[in-house]
Parts: sequence; structure tokens; C-alpha cells
Amino acid sequence: MSSISIKNITKTYEKGKVLALDNISLEVKSGELFGLIGPDGAGKTTLFRILTTLLVADQGQATVAGLDVVKNLWDIRKIVGYMPGKFSLYQDLSIEENLNFFATVFNTSVEENFHLIEDIYVQIEPFKKRLAGKLSGGMKQKLALCCALIHQPKVLFLDEPTTGVDPVSRKEFWDMLDRLKTRAITILVSTPYMDQASRCDRIALIQKGKILDIDTLQNIISKNTQLLLAVKGEQRFRLLNDIRAYEDTLTCFAFGEENHVVLKSGREKVDFLSKYLAEKKHKGVEIKPIEPNIEDTFIKLMLESENTQ
Amino acid sequence: MKVFFAFVKKEFWHVIRDKRSLIILIGLPIVMMLLFGFALTSEVKNSNIAILDFSKDQATKTLVERIDQSQYFTVNKYLDSENEMEGVFRKGQARLVLIFPQNFENDLSKDKKTQLRLVADASDPNTANITINYASAIIRDYQNELNENKKLPYTIEMETRMLYNPQLKSSYNFVPGVMTLIMMLLGAMMTSVSIVKEKEMGTMEILLVSPMKPIMVLVSKAVPYMVLCFLDIILILLMAVYILEMPIQGSLVLLLAESLLFIITTLSLGLLISVNVNSQQVAMFISLVALLMPSLIFSGFMFPIENMPLPLQVMSNLIPTKWYYSIVKAIMVKGLSFEFVLKQTLILAGMTVFFLTIAIKKFKINLEA
Repeated sequence: MSSISIKNITKTYEKGKVLALDNISLEVKSGELFGLIGPDGAGKTTLFRILTTLLVADQGQATVAGLDVVKNLWDIRKIVGYMPGKFSLYQDLSIEENLNFFATVFNTSVEENFHLIEDIYVQIEPFKKRLAGKLSGGMKQKLALCCALIHQPKVLFLDEPTTGVDPVSRKEFWDMLDRLKTRAITILVSTPYMDQASRCDRIALIQKGKILDIDTLQNIISKNTQLLLAVKGEQRFRLLNDIRAYEDTLTCFAFGEENHVVLKSGREKVDFLSKYLAEKKHKGVEIKPIEPNIEDTFIKLMLESENTQ
Repeated sequence: MKVFFAFVKKEFWHVIRDKRSLIILIGLPIVMMLLFGFALTSEVKNSNIAILDFSKDQATKTLVERIDQSQYFTVNKYLDSENEMEGVFRKGQARLVLIFPQNFENDLSKDKKTQLRLVADASDPNTANITINYASAIIRDYQNELNENKKLPYTIEMETRMLYNPQLKSSYNFVPGVMTLIMMLLGAMMTSVSIVKEKEMGTMEILLVSPMKPIMVLVSKAVPYMVLCFLDIILILLMAVYILEMPIQGSLVLLLAESLLFIITTLSLGLLISVNVNSQQVAMFISLVALLMPSLIFSGFMFPIENMPLPLQVMSNLIPTKWYYSIVKAIMVKGLSFEFVLKQTLILAGMTVFFLTIAIKKFKINLEA
């Protein structure tokens, strides 16, 4: 059964001038941890706001827990938990006060649903008298998650919950989401970080208001049959430009120390590439075949999508 | 109901923890009352007067003494010639020069008729008028004393009474004015800013995705400010009665009830502003420029509305402060009862309903522009 169902949603801003979402369709199964992955400006927040009834789509329908986001607006607002991308709790209220306030707003009490937030709350409980504005990024996220969970929502919307959070807190946050899954809460989470896709049951790659692919991370990557080469060298920037200028190069992108290269001829004419680079007097050049990762795949899908336009 | 109280409690926390708004809420009424009460008075007291006496006899001496002893004047300088007059005015050493001609007493006793001249600095026309009137009154008193026991052919004796404010205290005018302005400022500005703050901070986004109905959000935002504004009214009245010694002639309950109505009017104006703007600065700007200015001009507190051109007089009817100001004056100063302020009350109530209806209608239940 679908917990979230999106059919042909299109949304524009400024009277149609800016296209934020372009005919998007998506199904999220009940109890699934679903990741919406794409760079800033891809349309993630717009989609979240449509699903949380904050915005109205120009075209298309969407339902959350079987309820229409336009017609059943007030019913949806009772059963969803929403954590906006920007920290949106009261900075001048303490942890405790924020939590109690949001519990009351949703007609419940902290005690009633404490079991849901217990293992998250215990981590911030020592600071419960501290004002929310004075918390660290990681603690703010935990508090925001507690506040979004306190009314036992059926569907949880987390818009970029790990942006601006340190790697340790980020990992902890995903561990918490794993535990929430066992409580039959459907979670839709967005992030610009590709490396976090592995924590989701399924992901949708989104770019410029279009969905590039929807599948499990493994399937998305295994569908990518690119023959990739990792090329390392001493002068990284010159190396990148020289490879891009090489006639047999299809694509070349920098990934940290390495350049991920796809040649038009596949992997058969690697020797010509190394000869070319030697002619250009590059030192310490290493070329080795690699398997594509999610970022390679995202870039590939993105280029394909741009080419079809 | 529980949600409502939780919201109100939260709102009080905001106010109490924000020192600036707390200072504005408590400090502003106190400062304004003290300023108007003791510093910015429109009463003319102890004006400097210069004397140019060509006669220097008993009569002129008596008159000058009387003028000096009155609370309105202080004799500052004795001049010797008319040429000095200009200098005295230029240097601001006197607002008024009193000139006695030669043989003042002689003419008075022999010819039963003499003249004197009052020259005023009319660069401030109001003060010039007032000082001239005060000086004339003192001189008239003296003249009446001379005429005592004498039968004059024709006399019209004037007996004037200053009703409602026999001592002509300016507090009778400014206390209602300060009440009006403070309520307008705090009620409208604080409410609008506090709602817009929720939008700016993003908390409105979470509140919208909750079962809380928009009207509930608006009402619970407004209630704490209603309480605070009401406390301010009580604070102002206490200061008026005990520090400025201005009695409340009419019913206190009626005055407080009318004040509560006006507070609700200003709150609904604040709500109306807040649903239409998205930043705290704009909200503050609108409340200050679009509300405070007209309130100041059209309340009748600073400038008499009857003297304005007709279009402005008509316009003044649209300003809520005008009606509240006249209600407060009627109850506090004249001691009138409810039936005399019924019209103003109905107008205020009508305006409140109007503002509130628009505010609630325009309150967005989502983030759509």
C-alpha cells in the first residue's frame, strides 16, 4: 500500500516563470524510509511543502496516507510530522518548553508518546533547560525530530535534516531513523548528500524539478553500465582540463583526488590516454578501472536528462 | 482550550525573555507620562517679560509687581528705550514687553484714561496669544480694582468659568492622548511584529502543519498583548491619578471597558498588518508610519480637528484613535456616562469587527504567495 502517492505534480513560482517541479510522479510504500536526493534548488523543499499542504500544486494530485493534500488538508495536518530544512523551533524557549508546546498543539502530551522519542530525547535531556537557540546543530536536529514525532505521526517529512550537522551526529541521526522504521512510520527524507542514499530503502534522484530515477540504491547503481576509469596525477586541475580536451573523452569529473573518466572507446584504449598524458608531461599518473558510485550515476542521469530536453 | 493556554503561556515567555519588548511595554508608558507630565507641557508658565517704563510711578510699579508675582510671568529685564526691545526678543530674553507711556498714573487719575502697550514675540503664535491674554487679564483685574465703589455708566461684568478643568491643567488633555497613542503603538506594533516574527523564524511553517486553526493562532497571539496593554492602561491611570493628580470623573469600570474595546481595535489592526507583510521591519514601519502618524494628527490630541480643512476632518473619522480619545476625555474629564459615548463606542466596535474580519479572511492557511 502506498503511504505517499504523487501523480504528475507540476509546480511553478512567480506566475509560471520559474518551474520548480516538472510533472513528477512517485509512490512511497507504507513503512518505507524513502530518500529524495538532489542538489540545492532541485525542487525537494517544494515537493515537501506540497505534501505537507503548505503549497498547492499547479497540476496533478497527491495523497498522504490516502488523504488528498488539497481536499483533506486538515486531516493531513493532524497525522503528519514535518521538520523543515531551516531550524524552525522557538529559539527563546528551552528544549522542554518547545517539546511541551508542540505536544499540546497536536492535542497530546509528552508523557503519552514518550516511548516514541525516548532514545532520542535522552541524548538532549541533560540540557532540557537550555534555550533552543543556544544548542549545537546536532542537538537542534534531535530536538526538532522529537517535536516532529511527539504526536505519533503516520508519515514523517524530514527536509534536509542532516544539512549543517557534523558527521558523527549525522550517522546518529540515520541510526535513529532506522529505529523509527520499526514503529511503522513512513519517512520521506531529503538530502543533497549522495553518500547518505545508502541509508534509505529506496531513493529518488531529483534534479531541476525532474525525477531522474526511482529505485533502491543498488539497482540504480547496477543499471549504470558506464566503464569508469579513475585517473590520478600530481597537477589535479591541469590534469582535469587536459583529459577533458582529449578527443576520446566522453565525460570527466573531479572526485576528490581522482578524476572519473568515461572514454568513448570504453576501457580498450587506456594506453592511448596514458600516452597522451605523458606527452602533456603529467607526472605520477595512475589509471585504474573502477565501479561507478551513486554520484557517477547521478551525473550520468543528469546529463542524459539534459540531453533529452 | 488547553492548546490556547499553552499558546498564551508560550507568548508570555517570548515577551518576558525579550528584554527589548519588555522595556518598550513597561518603559514607554512611564516615559511618555513623565515627559508629558513634567517636561513637555503646553501650559505657559513663568514666561519672561521685559518692562519699558517711561513713567516709573506708583501705578506702574504696582502693575509690574502683580505681573511678576503671577505664576505666568517673571520680570526679566527693565529696558530704557524702545531700541532695546529688538535685542531682547532676538536673544530670547523675553516673550513679552510691556511698555508704559510717560505720565501713566497722572493720566489715569486726571483724565481717567491712559494707554499701555504689549509687544509679544509671535514667532510662536500660540504662546504669544496666551501670554497676551494672561497679561491683559492681570491688567484688567487692576483696572477693576480701581473702579471699585465707583458707578460706571455701562458695565458688563464677565464671569468666566473653566468647566471640567478649572485649573487648566494640561494633563487633562494629554493623559487621554498618551493612553490613545500608547495603545496604538503597543497594541498594533507589538502584535504585528510578533506574528510576522513567527513567519520570519519559520515557526509559522510548523504551526501551519498542525491541527491548530488559523483563527486560533491569531487569537492566542493577540491575547497576551491584550493583557499587557490593559496593564499599561492601569499603569497610566495610576500615574495620572497619583502622580499628576488628575481625578477620574466618570466611572472607572466604564473607562476600563472602553479601553479594552480600543485595545481589541488596535490588536486587530496589528493582526491585519501582520497577515499582509512578511518581515518584522516592514511590520514595524507600517505600524509607525501608517498608524502612528495619522493617530497623532487626527486624534485631536495635538491639533484641534475643528480647525482642519473639511477633507481632513472627514478623513479623521476613519481613524480609531479619534473616537477613543473623545471617549476617554468624556469619561475621565467630563464624567459622562455610557449613553454619551455610545456613538463612539459603536463606531469603534464596528471598526474592530471590520479589521478582524479582513485579518481572518486574509490569514493564509499555507505558504502560497
